[in-house]
Amino acid sequence: MTDISGDSKTVKASMEELSKDLKYKEYITVDSIDGDIATINFGPTHPATHGIFQNILKVNGEKILSSEQTVGYIHRAFEKLAERRPYNQITPITDRLNYCSSPINNIGWHMTVEKLIGADVPKRVDYMRVIIMELARIADHLICNSVVGVDTGALTGFTYMFQEREKIYELYEEVCGARLTTNIGRIGGFERDFSSAFHSKLKTFLKEFPKIFGQFDSLLSRNRIFMDRTRGVGPIGAERAMDYGFTGPNLRAAGVDYDVRVISPYSSYEDFDFIIPVGVNGDTYDRFMVRQEEIRQSLRIIEQAYSNMPEGSYKADVPDFYLPPKSEVYNNMEALIYHFKIVMGETKIPTGEVYHCVEGGNGELGYYLISDGGRAPYRLQFRRPCFIYYQAYPEMITGQGISDAVLTLSSLNVIAGELDA
Amino acid sequence: MNREYKEEIVQYLQENFPNAVLASEDAFDVPNIEIQAQTVREILQFLKKDSKYAINFLTLIGAVHYPDNAGRELAVVYHLHSWTKNIRIRIKAFLPIDYPNISSVMDIYPCADWMERETYDFYGVIFDGHKNLRRILNEDSMDYFPLRKEYHLEDATREDKDDRYFGRFKNSES
Repeated sequence: MTDISGDSKTVKASMEELSKDLKYKEYITVDSIDGDIATINFGPTHPATHGIFQNILKVNGEKILSSEQTVGYIHRAFEKLAERRPYNQITPITDRLNYCSSPINNIGWHMTVEKLIGADVPKRVDYMRVIIMELARIADHLICNSVVGVDTGALTGFTYMFQEREKIYELYEEVCGARLTTNIGRIGGFERDFSSAFHSKLKTFLKEFPKIFGQFDSLLSRNRIFMDRTRGVGPIGAERAMDYGFTGPNLRAAGVDYDVRVISPYSSYEDFDFIIPVGVNGDTYDRFMVRQEEIRQSLRIIEQAYSNMPEGSYKADVPDFYLPPKSEVYNNMEALIYHFKIVMGETKIPTGEVYHCVEGGNGELGYYLISDGGRAPYRLQFRRPCFIYYQAYPEMITGQGISDAVLTLSSLNVIAGELDA
Repeated sequence: MNREYKEEIVQYLQENFPNAVLASEDAFDVPNIEIQAQTVREILQFLKKDSKYAINFLTLIGAVHYPDNAGRELAVVYHLHSWTKNIRIRIKAFLPIDYPNISSVMDIYPCADWMERETYDFYGVIFDGHKNLRRILNEDSMDYFPLRKEYHLEDATREDKDDRYFGRFKNSES
């Protein structure tokens, strides 16, 4: 009987809770009654968890009998913070939700505010946003899939894919100057048009990436060892996945073709031709394959958006929310006043309730915004896909091995920032 | 998307639950339907089973605190979505702050488990029938509900702060 406990008080309390709960008891099978049942802490700071997650596992040898999660280690009270911040200053908060694809969070928030203020966004902005969001999706999926590779013991693909992610980060850098927590764009569009450096880097990326990605794909997706390690690991059926509020690639791997980009198109997604890949078994292998295919589809979308980029402005005409250009601010009294008004959130905002959602890296990323006309939202709630589907994790790993729990966690792409808000 | 559905669905609910639907308004894109708090389970169950609108997915549960609404300070908000008809609705139930109890919908939608725990954690809404209603993101020993409006965030302009507690010393004191 091993008991490797970090914070013994919490662990004991959780264990008492665990043993009381009949729901978990029924998983303990006959063969474990005479065997040794060990309780181990998987996490919170374990190298295999890729983030701060604690799982208290009850195991018999390698087999997991039950699991109890603790979340909230990096809770930063974003919803409370948002109630004091002017709308522009909430964008940096959204960066820190799913930090593997921050631009999607930023742009989703901008679009929520635009819906509230009724901004008419030019087509060019939509296409620019689509390019940035799909780049972010590629970066998000690349990390997830290469980490699944690492957890099966294949480190090579990871190093190559990090190189590619670096190129995507360089593209963000050309647009907004930042890399990880991007704070990209503005309410109403972008702060500037795509630079010539962005254009040349994007062209190079679109030319070179498919080849390297193809190599990564051929390294893993039909690899005997990789398939044996991932097929049937951490499966969830379509019905169960919907019950547990799955969205995004994890739901599609279970065979449901729900995609926010298609069911309620935003940012002109209806203009593009792409398919929604779906899996069959909802296991780790299917999740991996769905993400691989989504990367290819994202490339298709980027190519279409880039080649059909409409002429026009890179920003909407919303002087109450879009900062005036710096040259104006330094030389013109009205522009300076507007600059301060916008930064301090003193501009008029309509009252109302808005729910807007985008297809984030992990699924339906929603923003429920209630405005009472004040400088900050009255209430802002984020629908964080990770938080909702991570509930299903114990059910998915019960009866599986410890190494399968690691793979399931990484293939679900649970991001601590999004989980804990 | 069909914009007609908003009045229709409110009417449909009113026909089936004559006393439960209290009010409705059209908030930008999604109808807000206020219902009696006691009926939330029946209505969500009905909407899930019903084939006319086929509302099959619980998107989000949240709460809002309106400290000035005497007797109905807390609003519990259910965001529902029909994937086949692509219809979104919001169901709201108002609760008094002295008795913030509402029944859990965990057995209708298993994903409500953590959403309800989060709502309890931040607003103190008690979901009757929830199997494991305890704090989720905050510390268990916390004795208040932080997203309620009476807990203000620190005002950046206040002057009564004692800088010694923040590692900063004024010149005269150092």
